[in-house]
Amino acid sequence: MNHAAAIAGHDRVVIAHGGGGELMGRLIRELFLPRLHNDVLAKLTDGAVLDWPSGALVFTTDSYVVTPLEFPGGDIGRLAVAGTVNDLAVMGADPLVLSLALIIQEGLPLALLDRLLASVAETAAQAGVRVVTGDTKVIERRATGGEDSQREGLFINTAGLGRLRPGLRLGIERIAPGDAVLINGPVAEHGLAVMSVRAGLEFSAGLKSDVAPLNGLIRTLLESGADVKFLRDATRGGLAGVLADICDGRRLSVEIDEARVPLTGAARHAAEMLGLDPLTVANEGKCVIVVAAADAERALSACRQHPLGRQAAVIGRITATEPPLVELLTRAGGRRIVQRPYGEELPRIC
Amino acid sequence: MIPKLDMLRTELHELCRGLGRRVQLMEVCGTHTVAVFRAGLRSLLPANLRLVSGPGCPVCVTAQRHVDAAIELATRPDVTLVTYGDMLRVPGRLGSLERLRAAGADVRVVNSAWSALQIALDNPRRQVVFLAVGFETTAPATAATVFEADQRGVENFSVLVCHKLVVPAMQALLDTGEVPLDGFLAPGHVSVIIGAGAYRPIVERYRRPVVVAGFEPGQILAGLVRLVRQVASGCPILENVYAGVVTETGNRVAQEWLQRVFIVADTPWRELGTIPHSGLELAPRYQHFDALRRLGVHVGPDEEHPLCRCGEVITGKVEPVECPAFAGACTPARPIGPCMVSSEGTCAAWYKYSRASTSLAADTAAGERE
Repeated sequence: MNHAAAIAGHDRVVIAHGGGGELMGRLIRELFLPRLHNDVLAKLTDGAVLDWPSGALVFTTDSYVVTPLEFPGGDIGRLAVAGTVNDLAVMGADPLVLSLALIIQEGLPLALLDRLLASVAETAAQAGVRVVTGDTKVIERRATGGEDSQREGLFINTAGLGRLRPGLRLGIERIAPGDAVLINGPVAEHGLAVMSVRAGLEFSAGLKSDVAPLNGLIRTLLESGADVKFLRDATRGGLAGVLADICDGRRLSVEIDEARVPLTGAARHAAEMLGLDPLTVANEGKCVIVVAAADAERALSACRQHPLGRQAAVIGRITATEPPLVELLTRAGGRRIVQRPYGEELPRIC
Repeated sequence: MIPKLDMLRTELHELCRGLGRRVQLMEVCGTHTVAVFRAGLRSLLPANLRLVSGPGCPVCVTAQRHVDAAIELATRPDVTLVTYGDMLRVPGRLGSLERLRAAGADVRVVNSAWSALQIALDNPRRQVVFLAVGFETTAPATAATVFEADQRGVENFSVLVCHKLVVPAMQALLDTGEVPLDGFLAPGHVSVIIGAGAYRPIVERYRRPVVVAGFEPGQILAGLVRLVRQVASGCPILENVYAGVVTETGNRVAQEWLQRVFIVADTPWRELGTIPHSGLELAPRYQHFDALRRLGVHVGPDEEHPLCRCGEVITGKVEPVECPAFAGACTPARPIGPCMVSSEGTCAAWYKYSRASTSLAADTAAGERE
């Protein structure tokens, strides 16, 4: 059985297979699922919901390979905690414990490693989770020079376990025409902050990654009584990726009002410089929220009570328009569609 | 809608109505193409105004023979090939640079020519080749880098020069006369370097209106209003609605860099063929940095994919939806032509932002199911 030896014409893995876009989706559907199929994995949600005698548990894992290891607004340690905590939180779970596995390239300064672990500890404390198990491996520096040898090599994997909040009904299948779409704050900051450092570009001050654990914000939201139907953190693929998930998964259209999508001036400027669409740029502290229309205001005010939701906004709605598409009403008064990015979005040439 | 934009849109519609005929304008630059789509401006245009994309996407205009030469270089075990991200996925005879990299070739992506030289300095035992594409925007940085490499006597750095000039391509398009063009929206970035005055021949010799504009929706709409106004008046002139940024004479320092390191040469373009005086070549003083010479690369013919109509797309002859491969055989995940690869490519912009792509993709999927 070798039918999946090529994905979209590729017989080897290319970087874009990991970009969180269309190509990665095909890798998962065409290579991983056929081999590892079971009813829990097949849901392809942010975490697995497991029946347990004392109530359902949610289990998830994620790996972190960002370079540089430290960037404006955060570092790989904070990211490794927040990313996994957020995957649990958007499933409706209260995160409990994490594992922490480090793959370290020889030569990593211990002072840097110590700073990153302090960041892990601080973020875990902020999220109210404990790191209860771990693993460390050290690998040789890669032989070929250049780009890779310049990197301070550290990869992190974290797995997380959380307790599903009882009585909660979250799921893409609950989304219906008329529902409101919210986001908890300005988009594109993580991706732009990291890319600007990589590109060696100095942008106007204030461009910082939004990396943060969202479980506190989500708890506040869920306890507000609003009928929250669906949550997803808008990481790789950005806001556009999550909206495409909704459109593809539920076969419904999404209409977004560009003027309502929060975006800082610094991020707008940086995206223009790099030729990127802010809707497709990664976030690490942003969550798309779908609620029944009647509860939009309640959900919005709940978000705004939390420090990570001060700039939350209702950015659009679900519609039954055929064919199912994500459509943007632009600031200029026009319309265009929004597509899931193909893979890694690259800065333009001129 | 922003009030100023609403006024411009109303004026554009009134002007086009008064014209009573179809008007066809070309946005020369890929950044304009993308900006027009992203802002949803195409949905606001009058029915008789057709905006076609021009040969202003650096990746898309690169001749296939140069793409293949770069890919051939990347297969050599002692070569590190360095280029801009958009070039990575352009398909060639031996596959793309992206695929070669996955198969073990040393291909690096940079955001500046300077970084390419840095890689050469860091890896003295490897031949580092910079695949330099782009118009007058990226060429000055290549020039300064070659100059620096020469000053330092760097011996393992060379450049595959594919730099091109914008105005000769516009002239070549008008010379063929195959596509009726009523005027040009001229690119902001390039004009910062070459100056608005560089477009005077288009206005004076070819009697076509040219308006230099930036990339904000308001600038683009203002540019279109002025173009249609000129078409209506029958008196073509050169206008600049990006005057805060673009001057008449451009950036003298950047121009001096170009003159110091390059000479203007006849250059091959995709579809347009070799256009006289349309590109840059290293001046004799710097020819030892020419990758083709130094590494003895055989530059073959332009072998393009038989289904691909990118050449006609970049010359405004067809729209992407007229290509049989668009959104079916050719998608961003599996591109067969450069216009679907580049973030500034016309086909990629149509695919990402236009409804046309989704209906075509649905048709293809339905066809595959049957």
